[in-house]
Amino acid sequence: MRTDWLAHSILCAGVLLFALPVWLALAGSTQPADVIARGEWSLVPDLHGLGIYADVLRNGGPGVTPLWRMLLVSFGMALAIALGKIAISVLSAYAVAFFRWPGRRLAFWVIFLTLMLPVEVRIIPTYSVMAGLGLINSFTGLTLPLVASATATLLFRQVFLAVPDELMEAARMDGAGPWRFLRDILLPVSAPNLAALFVILFVYGWNQYLWPLLVATDPRLDTVVIGIVKMIGSEVQTEWNRVMAAAVLALLPPVAVVLLMQRWFVKGLAEGDK
Amino acid sequence: MATLQLHGLEKRFGPASVLAGIDLSLADGEMLVIVGASGCGKSTLLRLVAGLEVPSGGQIVLDGRDITHLDPAARDIAMVFQNYALYPHMTVFDNMAYALRIRGLKRAEIATQVQAAADLLGIGALLARKPRQLSGGQRQRVAMGRAIVRNPKLFLFDEPLSNLDAKLRVQMRAEIRRLQRRLGVTSLYVTHDQVEAMTLGDRLLVLEGGRTAQLATPMDVFARPADTYVAGFIGAPAMNFLPAALLPGGAARLSGGQVIPLPCGAGPAGAVTLGVRPEHVSLADNGIPLTVELVEPLGSETLVHGRMADGTALLAKLPGAAPVGEQVTVALAPDAVHLFDAASGKRI
Repeated sequence: MRTDWLAHSILCAGVLLFALPVWLALAGSTQPADVIARGEWSLVPDLHGLGIYADVLRNGGPGVTPLWRMLLVSFGMALAIALGKIAISVLSAYAVAFFRWPGRRLAFWVIFLTLMLPVEVRIIPTYSVMAGLGLINSFTGLTLPLVASATATLLFRQVFLAVPDELMEAARMDGAGPWRFLRDILLPVSAPNLAALFVILFVYGWNQYLWPLLVATDPRLDTVVIGIVKMIGSEVQTEWNRVMAAAVLALLPPVAVVLLMQRWFVKGLAEGDK
Repeated sequence: MATLQLHGLEKRFGPASVLAGIDLSLADGEMLVIVGASGCGKSTLLRLVAGLEVPSGGQIVLDGRDITHLDPAARDIAMVFQNYALYPHMTVFDNMAYALRIRGLKRAEIATQVQAAADLLGIGALLARKPRQLSGGQRQRVAMGRAIVRNPKLFLFDEPLSNLDAKLRVQMRAEIRRLQRRLGVTSLYVTHDQVEAMTLGDRLLVLEGGRTAQLATPMDVFARPADTYVAGFIGAPAMNFLPAALLPGGAARLSGGQVIPLPCGAGPAGAVTLGVRPEHVSLADNGIPLTVELVEPLGSETLVHGRMADGTALLAKLPGAAPVGEQVTVALAPDAVHLFDAASGKRI
């Protein structure tokens, strides 16, 4: 009982620690900018100030496009990155895990080595390549370099290696070719892992800052993360209520994705047969 | 329905030879059981026939057609795996229908064939379930159904009963035999269980270290094992092996000094190994003294583990609940003694 009490109080403290900043943003967003600037804002949200959300969505803030637009760009980017990464890494992991071909080991290690070069390290050459291809200030330029992913390839390789060999052999004897096996057996069997990875990659894509900042100077390609930063630095007096409202709104899509997919992949894991 | 011939089939993994020239010929509808200790190459042999491994040499001929280098799908062979390898996300119906769908059969035709196979196996009521909702025995049946529904030329069984509990194993063993006879499909059955080997096969192939140790009917293998490996493998409890010296005039002297008369004259004098099955050891007043180490009463019979004076272990299977003291004397039935060369282990 005593340990229970102790564990629960630690958990409660943790929840408080994580929830407080979010609550502060929520409460702050509904109060006048000058009150926040003086540091006198209340922990109780002012319900009359809720109109700011509609205003931020429709009109944005000083120096930025409307927030709905930035949310859309962010959503499109995160979705493209997550789906693109999954498509590429499923195929490369499939090749590395299931086929015997000359250079397989080498290919695997080359993929593995790219893990040691994060986006930040190769950002200049990547920019130069994108500039050469004429993809600066385009949606393709925004997403494509972030799609290639060693992490996801490694993850899927492990998932695929855990699939019993007999399953592939049974499918081969049933007459399924490589594409059929991938589509009919391997992907459905790995569905819970696909869902889990999609969540992680979506959030990863959503939170991208450095690359969008570099490659897209056109305000129409501003992501919501970029937008929030622009709102902070642009005027003499930052409209903190707007910034906080934008932050709260920027929080919603990833949370929604996590909640939706979580239900799905927990169900998948519970149904699993391993 | 087909015949199967293997000609000098070989498999090497790098420098290690797993199968060294297997020759085999199966008649139409015959069930051949492949037995051997683990690592003897029996699963590899099955996988070569299935097309899941590429042979290093030799030829596989099914129904008069050379299939050595064909893709597994093109061989018209069905396989039942040890862990069943059912597709976990598909229903029983879809599991059984998958191969037919790939062949492009019509929906109605697939439904008819799956239903027929399911009824044959008594799983007609389970078609809508997923594999995880089935018991071990039911999964086993679905795996069989998946093989049957394709109506293949050849069945391959890779230790299909080893994941079942003892009672179910006996039941499924009889059922597999019944089904195989009824469908008349030529079959290869791999097992390490000698009871399965004895009861299921028309013929037995005993593999040792990638070579054929013996190929004969089960009763032949039991009655006239080709060497000590086969003799020790077939029959439970396993045969006793006693070092002895062959005497001129048709007798053998055990290392303890006792002389056993041999019925069949026997060959030149020299060191031999006597093989005696435990059921051919009986209590006798004037016999070999035995120090009893362990008595296992099984109800209908009693197993007596003992040691002869020179330290050689001897197991006796006595009928009924025989009362056994700490010291007994036993006799070996002379006409049930097998004689093997001491050096090569080959039958004399």
